[in-house]
Amino acid sequence: MTTQRTAEATAVQAPTIELQSVGKRYGGISVLRDVSLTIRPGEIHGLLGENGAGKSTLLKILGGVIAADDGTVLLDDKPVRLGSPRDAIETGISLIAQELALVPDRSVLENIFLGQWANVAGLTNERADREHAERLLEETGFELDLNAPVSSLSLGQGQQVEILKALARGSRVLCLDEPTAALGETDTENLIRVIRQLAAKGTTIIIVSHFLDEILAIADRITVLRDGNQIITDEASGYDAQKLVSLMVGREVEALSRSPEPVAADAEVVLRVKGLSNHRISDVSFEVRRGEILGLAGLMGSGRSETLNSIFGGDRATSGEVWIRDRRVKRNSVRASIRNRLALVPESRKDQGLVLGRAASDNIALPSLGERQIFSFIRTKLERAAVAHVIQLVDIRGRVQHVNVGELSGGNQQKVLFAKWLVDPPEVLLIDEPTRGVDVAAKANIHNLILELAAAGTAVVVASSELEEVLSISHRLAVMKQGRIVAELDRTATPDEVMTAAFL
Amino acid sequence: MKTETLAVDATTTSKRRSRVNLTDFGVLGGLLIIIIYLSLATNTFLTQPNLVNLLDQAVVIGLIAVGATICIISGVFDLSASANLAISAIAGVYFTQMFGVTLGFLLAILTGAVLGAITGLLISLTRVHSFIGSLAMSIIYRGLAVVLTGGAIVAPLADQLEGFRVWTRPVLGGVTAGTLLFIVALVIFGIVLWKTTYGRRVYAVGGNMEAARLSGVRTNLVHISAFAISGLCSAAAGMVLASRAGSAQPAMATGLELMAIAAVVIGGTSIMGGSGAIWRTAVGVLVLTVIANGFNLLGWDTTYQQVVTGLLILLAVAADSLLVRRLKRT
Repeated sequence: MTTQRTAEATAVQAPTIELQSVGKRYGGISVLRDVSLTIRPGEIHGLLGENGAGKSTLLKILGGVIAADDGTVLLDDKPVRLGSPRDAIETGISLIAQELALVPDRSVLENIFLGQWANVAGLTNERADREHAERLLEETGFELDLNAPVSSLSLGQGQQVEILKALARGSRVLCLDEPTAALGETDTENLIRVIRQLAAKGTTIIIVSHFLDEILAIADRITVLRDGNQIITDEASGYDAQKLVSLMVGREVEALSRSPEPVAADAEVVLRVKGLSNHRISDVSFEVRRGEILGLAGLMGSGRSETLNSIFGGDRATSGEVWIRDRRVKRNSVRASIRNRLALVPESRKDQGLVLGRAASDNIALPSLGERQIFSFIRTKLERAAVAHVIQLVDIRGRVQHVNVGELSGGNQQKVLFAKWLVDPPEVLLIDEPTRGVDVAAKANIHNLILELAAAGTAVVVASSELEEVLSISHRLAVMKQGRIVAELDRTATPDEVMTAAFL
Repeated sequence: MKTETLAVDATTTSKRRSRVNLTDFGVLGGLLIIIIYLSLATNTFLTQPNLVNLLDQAVVIGLIAVGATICIISGVFDLSASANLAISAIAGVYFTQMFGVTLGFLLAILTGAVLGAITGLLISLTRVHSFIGSLAMSIIYRGLAVVLTGGAIVAPLADQLEGFRVWTRPVLGGVTAGTLLFIVALVIFGIVLWKTTYGRRVYAVGGNMEAARLSGVRTNLVHISAFAISGLCSAAAGMVLASRAGSAQPAMATGLELMAIAAVVIGGTSIMGGSGAIWRTAVGVLVLTVIANGFNLLGWDTTYQQVVTGLLILLAVAADSLLVRRLKRT
């Protein structure tokens, strides 16, 4: 029965979506105002804007996750109520969020039809599902093992399962929220190919992304939002990245960051990594001088994060040495690293960096708690002064000390991560993804902070998936591939050279 | 533009904070309402003997709950608390026979702390979930308690009995020494959580273990010490119980840690770890005790008391999970 229903749905054309002055408020604060646009069947529509511009809000309204406060949504000229994700799916709209909604321990097949398995009186009919899934695989060109558990898939493949899930439910409109943010190059290219293919067959795609070039490459039309206002909706062909950025930011942007100050040729080597290896990296060796910024580039999964974590002792290294000046740091000990004035700003704020639910000041004070105590009693005045000092240093505005870090913006959370290590300035600062998920202004702020720290004598290692970022702030670049450093380049390297080294 | 976004930030946070504050003191309001109601509905509630009795009733659950609070905030559960209580009380009786009442008591709480630390150590080393790990340890401890006593009831020597009953003695305005012991534990561990670096680390480990580890916190040590504190508090509770009965036995206080965890949760400490406070536990314990007392005074059928207690726990947990969900949404 299920099979039949979806087979019919597959033949159905995507509806024309029309938004009429849609708005959304959260308790008096308007996050989306008067957005009106029409999306044609089979169109790829890009939604652009800085963090907090309202892109995700708009997408969530279409996906039924949140309800609009003003305006109406029309499908094929008929007003629809999108009160829940279920409503949305029934009208043929599926939202694919950044975090995948899959059951990791169950098979791809089960996940594609999650909750809607073909059945006879509650007994599942796996064969019907399998046939249907195979048809979908053929249609999309995905290469997935239907029997594999979802936990064995890469993130990109997981996303493919989400797309299949949407198609299996007969969705002809896919809303994708930052689908490529966490994907490596290959997965990204695959996804883009699939998006094009789906659109060619009449599926409407609405996509939110930070990567302007990507959007420009695939979108038929674009909408730029700024502070909840619709700035433009237009054919994509007339725009380039620079023009889009100025529309998003509302002013012409100057070059994002300054260049790093040159390092004296005789500057002392502060960090020496010799032959560091574990199951993810092999024989990683490099040196960083006082005041120098070394960039770690490479594709997703090339071992950048693992390298930084192993140096810091957060991940186990099975062999290799880490030296700070003439001191050898005990391996696999975070505490020994901290004692030797190493610090790590980890990749994931929420998982590795912040204690959500606690005040910003508690987070900042955590690594250096032992220094402001009498018989383990916290010396509150000293702590307050120390926290205030570093908050100013990293340029967090507003009175945030006692605010729960979970309530701060992404940019300020990232600055808190820097602040907690600056209470006791480190000699070596390891930074994994310095600006993931922060807006343009905070990004420039953080870049400047890194440059200032280096100028003051800190040895810095920065890993980033954004090539432009590492290229612009590093003195030198080490390119990683499959856990090894495959090339060392200086800052005059072009993105092409780096990518060539990363791929070949 | 910059100032505009800042202003928005500020209003949302202050609004959200005030909402949290409301639920923050919800339990306290609830306790006050029950107390006011009982004061008006009965003429026995606000009498000195009843209040003394009420506080004395809170001691055993309360002491276990203090330890449970620290465990839960640090992100672990100690289901071995009541078994630890039994074995420590039995050891306490033996120690009393050998070394007298004072040293007997001190060695009993030391036993509790050591057993707690062993539970914590095993859980940290094997990385099993604390729920299962401490459940297993509780069965072991109950078994050992039977082995130690041969299943019998043990009591101090006859001439020690008077001294052994010290915790039942009225001291300040009729309030028992046991109640004072509970209050001392509340104050000490309240300050530990609130004012010390150790307390901060407990919150950090419970809030985000990985972030704490990467900040140089010895997360295993925090968990082991939380279990040790739980053991110490349970042992103290065990000595109060033994002091009341004049004896100890292997089956004493079975399952009491679940009531203690309930009291912690009713007080508003999050079962997800990372937030909560000792004063909340004091309030939670009082709510449970006052309700029990109220059923007695009003002459209501005490079987319904369990239904009410269960509903309260549900309410508290639901409020907690709603709060967590709201936080996650940002």
